[in-house]
Amino acid sequence: MSQSAVRPTPASPTPEGGHLLDVRDLYVEFRTGEGVARVINGVSYHLDPGETLAVLGESGSGKSVTAQAIMGILDTPPAVIRSGQIRYQGRDLLALSEEQRRQVRGKEIAMIFQDALSALNPVFPVGWQIGETLRHRAGMSRADARRRVIELMDLVKIPAAAKRLGDYPHQFSGGMRQRVMIAMALAMEPKVLIADEPTTALDVTVQAQIMDLLADLRRDLNMAMILITHDLGVVAGVADRIAVMYAGRIVEHADVRALYRAPAHPYTKGLLESIPRMDVRGQELATIKGLPPNLMRIPSGCPFHPRCPYVQQVCVDVVPHDLVLGDGRTSACHFAQEVRDDSAH
Amino acid sequence: MSDFETVAASENHTARRGPSGEPGAPNQVGAPQKPRSLAGDAWRDLRRNPIFWISLALVVLVAAMAAFPGLFTANDPRDCLLSRQHAGPSGGALFGYDFQGCDTYSRAVHGARASLLVGALSALLTGLIALTVGMLAGYFGRWVDAVLSRVIDIVLGIPLLLAAIVLLKRVNSDSATVRIGAVIFVLAVLGWTTGARVVRSSVITAKEQDYVAAARMLGAGNGRIMLRHILPNALAPAIVVLTIALGSFIAAEATLSFLGIGLKAPTTSWGIDIDAGRVHMRESATPLVVPSTFLALTVLAFIMLGDAVRDAFDPKLR
Amino acid sequence: MFRFILRRLLQMVLAFFGTTLIVYALMFAGQGDPIQALAGERPVTAAQRAYLTEKFHLDQTGVGGFFYRYFDYVKNLLQGDLGQSLTGRSISDILAAAWPVTIKLALIAMAVTIVFGVTAGVLAGIRRAGIFDNSTLLLTLLVLGIPTIVLAPLAQYFLGVRWQLFPPTAGADPDLYALLLPGIVLGSLSLATALRLTRTSVAENLRADYVRTARSKGLVKRRIVSVHVLRNSLIPVVTFLGVELGNLMSGAIITEGVFNIPGVGFNLFRGIRTEDGPLVVGIVSVLVVVYLVSNLVVDVLYAVLDPRIRYE
Repeated sequence: MSQSAVRPTPASPTPEGGHLLDVRDLYVEFRTGEGVARVINGVSYHLDPGETLAVLGESGSGKSVTAQAIMGILDTPPAVIRSGQIRYQGRDLLALSEEQRRQVRGKEIAMIFQDALSALNPVFPVGWQIGETLRHRAGMSRADARRRVIELMDLVKIPAAAKRLGDYPHQFSGGMRQRVMIAMALAMEPKVLIADEPTTALDVTVQAQIMDLLADLRRDLNMAMILITHDLGVVAGVADRIAVMYAGRIVEHADVRALYRAPAHPYTKGLLESIPRMDVRGQELATIKGLPPNLMRIPSGCPFHPRCPYVQQVCVDVVPHDLVLGDGRTSACHFAQEVRDDSAH
Repeated sequence: MSDFETVAASENHTARRGPSGEPGAPNQVGAPQKPRSLAGDAWRDLRRNPIFWISLALVVLVAAMAAFPGLFTANDPRDCLLSRQHAGPSGGALFGYDFQGCDTYSRAVHGARASLLVGALSALLTGLIALTVGMLAGYFGRWVDAVLSRVIDIVLGIPLLLAAIVLLKRVNSDSATVRIGAVIFVLAVLGWTTGARVVRSSVITAKEQDYVAAARMLGAGNGRIMLRHILPNALAPAIVVLTIALGSFIAAEATLSFLGIGLKAPTTSWGIDIDAGRVHMRESATPLVVPSTFLALTVLAFIMLGDAVRDAFDPKLR
Repeated sequence: MFRFILRRLLQMVLAFFGTTLIVYALMFAGQGDPIQALAGERPVTAAQRAYLTEKFHLDQTGVGGFFYRYFDYVKNLLQGDLGQSLTGRSISDILAAAWPVTIKLALIAMAVTIVFGVTAGVLAGIRRAGIFDNSTLLLTLLVLGIPTIVLAPLAQYFLGVRWQLFPPTAGADPDLYALLLPGIVLGSLSLATALRLTRTSVAENLRADYVRTARSKGLVKRRIVSVHVLRNSLIPVVTFLGVELGNLMSGAIITEGVFNIPGVGFNLFRGIRTEDGPLVVGIVSVLVVVYLVSNLVVDVLYAVLDPRIRYE
């Protein structure tokens, strides 16, 4: 059952030998009156300083839940972390007290959310919200916090920052609101930024601006970033590595270019084929048949088998391990080699 | 918000239902499953709710009292002898006699009829007004909605008791039928606004549904769409609101009768009896306590029934 | 903000004329003898008839006459001249004596509502579906289901007459203690509603996305609840309390009548009982204005509390 038997070899080991953030074999369930939904089933991934990891998957694949588990903001109940470790700078966050975890939130690891309008508090001015942590956690004076808030708003390129401090979230456009959200997350100068579908709610043109901003900030501030998305298009220019999730597992983990060139998991292959391509005219877009699995009744063997074009009897019977394919890439598919070779041409 | 949060939230709401017959899947995950009807869910919910059964039993009991008072008492509520003033229980008079020497229990039993009649008929009339106004405002939108919504605002802005006082002061007739009719009319004219708002919003929701657009494309007229496709959607929330309203209409009738401007003397009404019992409470409390209990239990029964049904249909509100 | 208030003020002026017109039309339109209608079944003396005819310009006829009379009525209402009751006393004087008592009673009821209702509502909202939550929910349902005409006399009987914990009636110049029981009875309904509203609002806001954001900022739980959640949750509650204060002042008819408290409601109660038409009309008119003004105050309050409304 354990996918961590063959863990992906680190792409760029940190000087200390460990990773900045290291999620190991995480299991999360949602326990409800209707039954138990196994939402995360042995997820492992890691993040090194200064890199961007994209976590890709459809809604329900567990990508956001993993992020919330890292932040320690899962709603418990119904969520229960059954086992696993989340190591940050060598410390297991799950072993810490709630107070110690709170210290990590925002200051070490910060998060921005999909819908900035509902994620921002509607009744407080944005300046107040950005500066809240500065005043109440960093112990800054009002005046200092104000100066710093203006700096932060300049940093995320909100025009006329000093004038807009007192405005409320609903007075900003969608893109500007997301910038406010980013400024708020950056206030405590975190080392890791988790962006949970930061552009999903935005117009396409604004999406590109926000992605560029995130990429620039990540580089300038030398943060590490986890970019959660369901949109393969968003990932390409920004991420270093991609982890593809399906039914609470990481099914493929690879360098961005390697993955685009030749996906080694039928699910990733399906995803890539369903993107319209500029270079092929008159093609019929491929789709992945079937629906995502019911997390209360995950299929036996490989959870993707009911939808997989490569399905064999072994897929129904045996849970595939992560197959290491070299260059630090893995694929949880019995036929990873075949799929990759298939994709290569 | 990630889709999982939605799953968690919706499951949170249904959690108290306990294991239901089938291990249903959260819709968001999208696995094939039998569609569960809202009504079926609500009924499963109601069946387990003791408050629903208690209040339903009370409603049935009061309805029986109103329809067949003879089943509950053999005494005539208007058979009053001053010689029996505040006499103790005897001869079927379970709770003794009041200041006028009437059978307290018999009067309370016979009081159910006027209360239920006023409550049910005003709720019915209210329902008709609310459905009509809410349907027109919600379906046609634009200026129809603007005008009707302003009317709703104005009527909602009139304090019910004060307006009822002003209106009923003008009814000088002492005929029981006229007074009952007047009270029903006044309560309906002042009480339809909440229902209309609820209907309006459910009509607006229903109007956006695909099947309505489909019906329109197939050439169905406005009237047909409203009656066949939208009305059924607006009906359930309207009925819930009206059940609760029925309880408050009964309370309002009693209050108006208590003040002396609702129903009047030859009619037996809990409000009148409570007022009479109140005046002489120092001599004997039972003529106050008995009709008070009947009235409170009846109003409570309807309000709790409506509350339970609403919770079942809309667990979010809990 | 300024434009919002101006617009609401204009709407209130419209509502004022709309409501008073309706009230006035209900009282006077299309009836045989308006004077007899005012007096009810009481015999009307010639002097009273002459006074009322002049007072309400009843010698003017037709639609024009109706509006003439209506504007005269509004003018008098705005000037505070409410005329005389059938007993010959100035209605303005009666009200001037009654208001302080009514306001005192309403404030007691409001205090009870805020101290118990809102506090319990916040606690129930935080611990939703717990024992405290479920028992308060059932208790408030009971309170909501018991009409004031049941609650007031029974409270008077059991707590006042039988166990003698409170004075059963208030009398001419009631002190705070005498007003306590009526205040609790009057406030119980608002208390129950406020509790349920607060509870729902807090519970809803605790689930809001911005709470997740606040948690991810690493704020302490106390701050998240007492600043972020409470500030949002109290918007509908404060609005409700504002409307309710208007209701409490006009809704004290039964309570003041039962406990013999010489406030506005008591005078209305007595006016209805003694079929004193001018007194009833005068008090109802004033109460409608009070109601309208309190609604306006609430709207402005709403705008102050909720920035989304303010800049609409």
